[in-house]
Amino acid sequence: MTKSILLVGVGGQGTILASKILTLGLMEAGYDVKMSEIHGMSQRGGSVSSQVRYGDRVMSPVIEKGKADIIVSFEKMEALRSLDYLKPDGVLVVNNEEIPSMSVITGEEDYPEDVLDEIKAHVEARVVDATRMAAELGNEKAANMILLGTIIKSMGLEHIHWEKILEDNIKPRFLELNKKALKAGMEAV
Amino acid sequence: MKTLMTGDEAIARGAYEAGVRHASAYPGTPSTEILENLATYKEIYAEWAPNEKVAMESAIGAAVAGARSMVSMKHVGMNVAADPMFTWAYMGVNAGNVIVTADEPGMFSSQNEQDNRNYAKAAKLAMLEPSDSQECIDMMKAAFELSETFDTPFVIRMTTRVCHSKSIVELSDRKEVPLKEWTKNPAKYVCLPAMAKNLRVKLQERMEKLAAYSETSPFNRMEMGDPSVGVIASGICYYYAREVFGDKASYLKLGFTHPLPAGLIKEFCSKVDKVYILEENDPYIEEFVKQQGCDCIGKELFPYTGEMTPDVIRACVGGKMPETIEFDRSKLIRRAPTFCAGCPHRGLFYRLGKRKDIMISGDIGCYTLAASKPYSAMDSTVCMGASISLGHGAQRAFNLGDSGRRVVTVLGDSTFFHTGINSLINTVYNKSNTVNIILDNRITGMTGHQENPGTGFTAKGEPTTLISIEKLVKAIGIQHVYVIDPNNLALVDETLDRCLALDEPSVIITRWPCALKKFSQADKEEFAGMFSTKNKVDQEKCIGCKACLRTGCPALSYDKASKKARINHAQCVGCDVCAQVCPKDAIVKED
Repeated sequence: MTKSILLVGVGGQGTILASKILTLGLMEAGYDVKMSEIHGMSQRGGSVSSQVRYGDRVMSPVIEKGKADIIVSFEKMEALRSLDYLKPDGVLVVNNEEIPSMSVITGEEDYPEDVLDEIKAHVEARVVDATRMAAELGNEKAANMILLGTIIKSMGLEHIHWEKILEDNIKPRFLELNKKALKAGMEAV
Repeated sequence: MKTLMTGDEAIARGAYEAGVRHASAYPGTPSTEILENLATYKEIYAEWAPNEKVAMESAIGAAVAGARSMVSMKHVGMNVAADPMFTWAYMGVNAGNVIVTADEPGMFSSQNEQDNRNYAKAAKLAMLEPSDSQECIDMMKAAFELSETFDTPFVIRMTTRVCHSKSIVELSDRKEVPLKEWTKNPAKYVCLPAMAKNLRVKLQERMEKLAAYSETSPFNRMEMGDPSVGVIASGICYYYAREVFGDKASYLKLGFTHPLPAGLIKEFCSKVDKVYILEENDPYIEEFVKQQGCDCIGKELFPYTGEMTPDVIRACVGGKMPETIEFDRSKLIRRAPTFCAGCPHRGLFYRLGKRKDIMISGDIGCYTLAASKPYSAMDSTVCMGASISLGHGAQRAFNLGDSGRRVVTVLGDSTFFHTGINSLINTVYNKSNTVNIILDNRITGMTGHQENPGTGFTAKGEPTTLISIEKLVKAIGIQHVYVIDPNNLALVDETLDRCLALDEPSVIITRWPCALKKFSQADKEEFAGMFSTKNKVDQEKCIGCKACLRTGCPALSYDKASKKARINHAQCVGCDVCAQVCPKDAIVKED
């Protein structure tokens, strides 16, 4: 049975590294894996998403609406935007982070205050203060590893040797921070 | 060894394993990473060409001279490269040659969604279409062998989802292929009419041989299951179909798609009750299947536009749609891409957009984002290099009337080298009076920072001759050339005024590096002190007028509680554009 993981956020939040680590771990564990990303215009402050699918044999690299087993959103508004991709009984993890878009900055529209309420009205979302937790660990950029940790725990993937994958793919000076962040994420859900 | 690769990485890997020696390309999403990865193999000479036509000719030359060669481009790049490509098909190769096109159904980062399979048919080139990364490797290796066997260049047609999806691949060693001998052979390589007439006949014979081979190609295969539905698909659509129909259908998976295998198609159609043709964009396979006298269901049911993702297929065939969570969409805010903090385009377009009486003829690059708010500073964008020439034509037309309207054209440094230079020659030669702005941010920005003829480095990172845009435009014959810092808003206004007052063509070069660029030693010397400071809002002086916010910088925000502007310390790079528009001088340097 193919499982589908959707990572969403804003360009620059580190979704690509998180999904890279995730897919390498899944491959090491013997799964067939496919991942799809859209590059290009989206890098310049736009919405970004990484779609990861794994199982015995994966066909489509893209996730259909209503088919994601888990969505991990690096930003509140992006969680709401992607909500129709979630299975009705799927897991939603939201980083409690608000990033204004250009239309908000220039005053064309307001960032609604009740985004989390709107999400919670439909699903049992797990809200994680990943950015704050990462800052406390030493660097808020490690929020992506905290959120990866929530995926690992939620999908029951703790048996994979994640520390080894991190060692092979993270620069030595950031390694300890990332290991701590991953562990903190697994404990946060 | 097993690893995960994108389709682009796998194309480069396949080229490496196939013994490719020479590669040329111009960057363009979703193809850019092919040449970026090729450049990392020390065995392969890899170069950025100024445009796709030049890249194609470079690869042709290498193949003729005896080295396995390739060229890669996005779909619209093939329009630029089409001139040499059509005649290259006549000539045939010496060493193997592959032309990779990366099409964009859905237009994530493109101005159109043309289907380049039509090019293979029109130019009479053999074509392969991979469905995943492993097939990218396998097809590259097969294409080079077949290219030499059949004496033809091969097209490999990818789409965004193949280019940018990762899947598992098995790596092999490189096969070293010795250089083939070059001998003078004008009957093959000089396409004068007398020679071309003979080559045209040979080309037709070759297509017939390739059509016979297509019937036996391992990339074309039947996968028989439930015969009630038969699906014919190529590329990513094969996997989309598998996702939707699973074992409840039979499949004809096509990988060798020009020439298509007529016999195999007829055999498959005879074995199944009904046939769906699943293909993105044009009915390329469908028209061929119908030509063979086979009944099939194609574009009367499935869309011409966008991606043929599983949800689209499901909806078309009346399948059960997954249950989704409905929510209040009025709560969503738009999140469009935007200029980065410190982007050198901001100052120019902030001021240019204030001039409502001009026409702004734009081009392809990050700066095309100036068409949107808050700048609204672009009135046309067609293709690479068109800004200057389209602007020239528009100016000529305005000059026929009495509006007195002036045309300002804008394009980037890499786009100028691509094809803008030809357009500027036309402007000078035909005595135009347009104002032409070249946004020289010292790198090819939009596609993720590739070197170009103006940066002083090659694709391999080696130092090379730096071509000066200033000297070049003066040599063409532009008499009025101004090189300015676009972050200086008063200077932007003054220079625009000066150029708009002229009845001759002018060039303004806005020279300031992309804020995300990895700076060279030359950059550090020329732009001393760049991006080394940060700004803050003096909360006492700020009156909350939001003037700074209208520069559209993502480092700025408005605090509703205090009714004052704020600057995000982490994002600000101290370009000072916002400080210049503040009426109260409330934006100052951090201590």
